[in-house]
Amino acid sequence: MANDVTEGVAIVGGIPPAPTQPLVTTVIEPSRGWVPLKVSELWEYREVLYFLIWRDIKVRYRQTLLGAAWAIVQPFMTMIVFTVFFGRLAKMPSDGAPYALFALAALVPWTFFANGLTQSANSLVHSGHLITKVYFPRILVPMGRVLSGLPDLGLSFLVLLGMVRWYGLLEIRGRLLWLPALAFLVFITAFGVGLWLSALNVRYRDIQHAVPFLAQIWLFATPIAYPSSLLPEPWRTIYSLNPLVGVVEGFRWALLGSGHAPGLSLAFSTLAAVLLLVTGAYVFRRIERTFADVV
Amino acid sequence: MADIAVKVHDLGKRYEIGTRRNGGATMLREALSDTLKAPLTKLASLARRLRSHGPVPTAVSSVSPRHIWALRNVSFEVPRGEIIGIIGPNGAGKSTLLKILSRITEPSEGRVEIRGRVGSLLEIGTGFHPELTGRENAYLSGALLGMRKAEIDRKLDEIIAFAEIEKFADTPVKHYSSGMYVRLAFAVAAHLEPEILIVDEVLAVGDVAFQRKCLNKMEDVRQHGRTILFVSHNMQAITRLCTRAILISHGGIQHDGSAAETAGKYLMANVKTSAERVWSEPLSAPGDRVARLRKVRVRDESGCTVDAIDIRRTVGIEMVFEVLEDGHALIPALELYNEAGTCVFLTSDLDPVSRGKSRQRATVTTVAWIPGNLLSEGLFLVTVFLSTIRPLKSHFHQRDAVAFHVVDSFAPDSARGDWDGPIPGVVRPLLRWTNQATEAPGP
Repeated sequence: MANDVTEGVAIVGGIPPAPTQPLVTTVIEPSRGWVPLKVSELWEYREVLYFLIWRDIKVRYRQTLLGAAWAIVQPFMTMIVFTVFFGRLAKMPSDGAPYALFALAALVPWTFFANGLTQSANSLVHSGHLITKVYFPRILVPMGRVLSGLPDLGLSFLVLLGMVRWYGLLEIRGRLLWLPALAFLVFITAFGVGLWLSALNVRYRDIQHAVPFLAQIWLFATPIAYPSSLLPEPWRTIYSLNPLVGVVEGFRWALLGSGHAPGLSLAFSTLAAVLLLVTGAYVFRRIERTFADVV
Repeated sequence: MADIAVKVHDLGKRYEIGTRRNGGATMLREALSDTLKAPLTKLASLARRLRSHGPVPTAVSSVSPRHIWALRNVSFEVPRGEIIGIIGPNGAGKSTLLKILSRITEPSEGRVEIRGRVGSLLEIGTGFHPELTGRENAYLSGALLGMRKAEIDRKLDEIIAFAEIEKFADTPVKHYSSGMYVRLAFAVAAHLEPEILIVDEVLAVGDVAFQRKCLNKMEDVRQHGRTILFVSHNMQAITRLCTRAILISHGGIQHDGSAAETAGKYLMANVKTSAERVWSEPLSAPGDRVARLRKVRVRDESGCTVDAIDIRRTVGIEMVFEVLEDGHALIPALELYNEAGTCVFLTSDLDPVSRGKSRQRATVTTVAWIPGNLLSEGLFLVTVFLSTIRPLKSHFHQRDAVAFHVVDSFAPDSARGDWDGPIPGVVRPLLRWTNQATEAPGP
């Protein structure tokens, strides 16, 4: 939407501005073509984002028996299944690390990504009641959905740390500092894909049927059950255009010391993630103007 | 535009039929095939143009039946501090207008300038989540409606008290009664402090007592110099709260004027009868060889034709008839019926100038003056007739010739005094009351 705040006056919370104070002027006009992102507006609505995330977290485990334990159950159970089937039965190589750790180190960021992807893809459609009744930058909806997975990521990461320690492999080393950066990379990827899918889903409900399938394909296109070292070299670099490849390899390297230090493949992954985010944001903004009419 | 809070210029909103609302989500397959077909369609139209050697109408899309204009050529301005009512039949474009002003949907053409922070209440309980408690929902809804967290922190107790849900503040709202839910939702909304408030039909919910509370709150807001745009079907609420109102129908502004006047126009639109009726063709006019009715209208004291009149003001029913034959003692008369079809009264011309005197050939204009503070509010239909009494003979008798509305503006100098609830009755006369106190009876 082309709403230009021409006089950028910050309104101090709650205090009704005196009549002498300059008022914010909003211009509403039809927009055409590609519209700018308007990051400053996102900053202005940061509290709405906060409450959207807060709502998602509050509601997620209400009226459940296990509560927040669900954050751990999902990656942990998958790890057990993978360990039994791929580790023991299929004797999948794990770059020298114990297979259970090898799988969990990948499953922790993967679960955050997969949940963020599916949640954000349906976020706009599920928020139809908000979109048709109140204005706020719609981009906050998928963003909030992805970010609300952070506490779950934190919890499952603690379990992962505990496991690494239990195996006696925990070392305090500089490379652990890579982890927040890698987590940010997963966020960017999930958010970028979420922008694409959520915007398209408003128009084409085909997306919601395709998302579980997409998540499944993506799981196999990411070295979670197997090491990426299985791939021969020219393919391996191309393969790391899947941003999750860089993330998963980085997690294993930083925590377990297995595999290679992030190099070209991480650069490729980052590039792909940023590309997804930027294109996603522009597509989202372009379709955004019709959301309320179509959703 | 120093004192203008909202400036709407030539606003229009076009919907594509078939992509609106629930029919909305299109199939990806269709979009893909449309994309593939597009170049072919263009080629085909190019070929047509080459064959016909004429220009292809470029405005095809605007007249194409695939589009409908929900709103078009809408322009108005709202000065700061005014409460403006927006009324109109369902589907007229009112909600579309509010959605554009609230930035929920984008206009297809035109421009809006809004000076000040906007808060819009397009539904009751925006953002409420059933699993969250009353307190939590107050935060969520407040934030979505444009309040800062610090502001909500400060007002939370007040909000909960206003909603009268102190005991249930920590209960999930899914366990609330619908009354509690609505009260909480409105309490949050009522504590918004935007410079411009946009309200859509929110008052349609809740019981009478709560509706009154809401109206009072809105009046408070007005007194704080804020601007309100208020959509409602409740003409009482409109005439009570608003100074000015806009009537929207078929996507355009039909009338823009005082609230009473616009409410009258809207109510009259539903009635076949209008405030003025003229028979321009003498032969089709009601009458006989003695006299013929030419015109009936509802007027105020200044002589303007009015659809609606303030309950306190005098209204005149004016009748114009032609006397075609000398020497008849013609007596014009009229009957007033209310909406329920009850005859409120019959009145006939008692003017000593004309009563019982025979009339000469002329065009006669006669006015019956109905004093203010007599009729109740609502729609009134007027039947006019002309007769001679001795012997009794009717010259014309026109049922439902004109109609008008009596509008209650909730003024304290009307018969309602400071009471702001409903008042029954066919008439609402302003009577003189006296009081006398005698000594209190002994114990």
